[in-house]
Amino acid sequence: MSDPDNLPDEADTSRRKFLTAATAATAAVGGAFTLVPFIASWRPSERARALGAPLEIDISKLEPGQMITQSWRKQPVYVVRRTPEAVAGLAKVGPSLKDPQSDASAQPVYAKNEARSIKPEFLVLYAACTHLGCLPKQYFTQGEPTLGADWPGGFFCPCHGSRFDLAGRVFNGSPASLNLAVPPHKFESDTMLVIGLDANAEGAA
Amino acid sequence: MAAAHDNDAAQKGGFRAWLNKRLPVDEFVESQLTGYFAPKNFNLWYFFGAFAMLVFVIMILSGIFLAMHYKPSETAAFDSVEYIMREVEWGWLIRYMHSTGASFFFIVVYLHMFRAMLYGSYREPRELLWILGVLLYLALMAEAFMGYVLPWGNMSYWGAQVIVNLFGTIPVIGPGLVEWIRGDYGIADSTLNRFFALHVVAMPFAIAFLILMHLVALRQTGSNNPDGIEIKAKLGANGKPVDGIPFHPYYTIKDLFGVGVFLLFFCGVIFFVPTFGGLFLEKPNFEAANALSTPDHIAPVWYFTAFFAMLRAVPDQQLGALIMLLAIVVLFFLPWLDRSPVKSIRYKGWMSKTALVLFVISFIVLSYLGLKPASDLYVILARIFTAIYFLYFILMPWYTSVEKTKAAPERVNYHA
Repeated sequence: MSDPDNLPDEADTSRRKFLTAATAATAAVGGAFTLVPFIASWRPSERARALGAPLEIDISKLEPGQMITQSWRKQPVYVVRRTPEAVAGLAKVGPSLKDPQSDASAQPVYAKNEARSIKPEFLVLYAACTHLGCLPKQYFTQGEPTLGADWPGGFFCPCHGSRFDLAGRVFNGSPASLNLAVPPHKFESDTMLVIGLDANAEGAA
Repeated sequence: MAAAHDNDAAQKGGFRAWLNKRLPVDEFVESQLTGYFAPKNFNLWYFFGAFAMLVFVIMILSGIFLAMHYKPSETAAFDSVEYIMREVEWGWLIRYMHSTGASFFFIVVYLHMFRAMLYGSYREPRELLWILGVLLYLALMAEAFMGYVLPWGNMSYWGAQVIVNLFGTIPVIGPGLVEWIRGDYGIADSTLNRFFALHVVAMPFAIAFLILMHLVALRQTGSNNPDGIEIKAKLGANGKPVDGIPFHPYYTIKDLFGVGVFLLFFCGVIFFVPTFGGLFLEKPNFEAANALSTPDHIAPVWYFTAFFAMLRAVPDQQLGALIMLLAIVVLFFLPWLDRSPVKSIRYKGWMSKTALVLFVISFIVLSYLGLKPASDLYVILARIFTAIYFLYFILMPWYTSVEKTKAAPERVNYHA
């Protein structure tokens, strides 16, 4: 250390500049790291994440022709087990649908097919009508009296009368213009359906 | 000057001298009010800055009292607003002051901005003053949007849904950003709670800071005036502009009179038409937020509808959001787009005058279209007027430089 009473006339300014810059840089890095907890605090909390976690549904008790409603991330989800006749009927209604190939509608790639599902037997849908968000009701019986003799079975929205087939595809003449959306889902096993996790493109788990 | 001032204070003695030695009160009043000279030819358009300041104060005061009764939670928010309206003594008045104040804030700010466009107040040397003003406008938009979510009515909820989802159109980071803003997988309690914190703490601080900067920048350059000439160019023997008068008492008293007239309109709305026919308070917002039921027709409050119409006019959502953003960002460049040799519209040519009229018409028509459901005709109209809105800015460097202008006067026009 140099004697403070004996400083040279010209201080080493480059050394001072370096130390000033280094101090400022250290403070800036520290400041930046301090931001992390504050920014991270805005992400979904543990509780929100737990409540929004993928939902496992046991479908072993679901009989053909039945439907159950579950809630996932505050949105009702329909799970339908279609009868073989219902699956066969999907090909016939094509001409009377607005978006038969689901090109404009929302679904994961593995559900972009005629049955809009991984396994043709099981249909999984967000229950909100694509018109204004009401819940379409199930009218699975063919020729349902209130909907006419040529009703092939499907969903009918009580609010504004949108009609959907048994793959959630919207019929011509409905106020809704898109098919019901399909949430991400996959089959953990033959009897265990998981909502909120994606299957791979082929639909396998 | 400083010496004379010290002398003054010393002679007065007593408490005032004691105070001024510790806090420069007299010096501040002298430099900011009695010794600050503003052009003597201000007209009616020069009321709106003061009105904006007044509305800011009204919003802070009414907001503090609303926050004493309001509860920012998914389950309690809507009921607490109804509680304020029905059971808190005078709660309805405080709430209507706040809701009416929001709309009046935008009315006066839009007129204040129009004044700047009319007289070229954004031109050199006031570019930064204008930019600070546009930043204030942006901050005000954010503040108004978050405030609109707080009553947790159905339009609050779905409005938040639509606006927050706009961030989802940003490539790559969009979806993650939306989840971060909401703090959940949908608009939820966490979203409401953080919007409350931002609305009552963060944004008011930011706005107050920007107002301070806006005023400091104004004191530095001095006010523009309807003739768009610099009064500082002609100084009198006292070193003050010959075309200037002390801000206090002349303009403080004038503004005080203006405030009286303003409050007549303001109170008229509060007492007789607080919802203003669904414009200031939208009808679907008298229903509680419902994630399962969308209002028949989602439209923002009137002060955002011009931009909303632009968003809908573009078939691609991503591009629409970009156009909407550009409509505001372009304002920042205004000081450099105007190439006219004169500042004020009084001396500009017919092209500038026509352009400004078309711009105002396009903003009003777009605001109207944004309130209405998007029919085919309205979408086409929205496209036409969006184009006009942008052409005002894009063509400005051309029409302001080729047109024939009148010479600006040496001294301001003033008829006592």
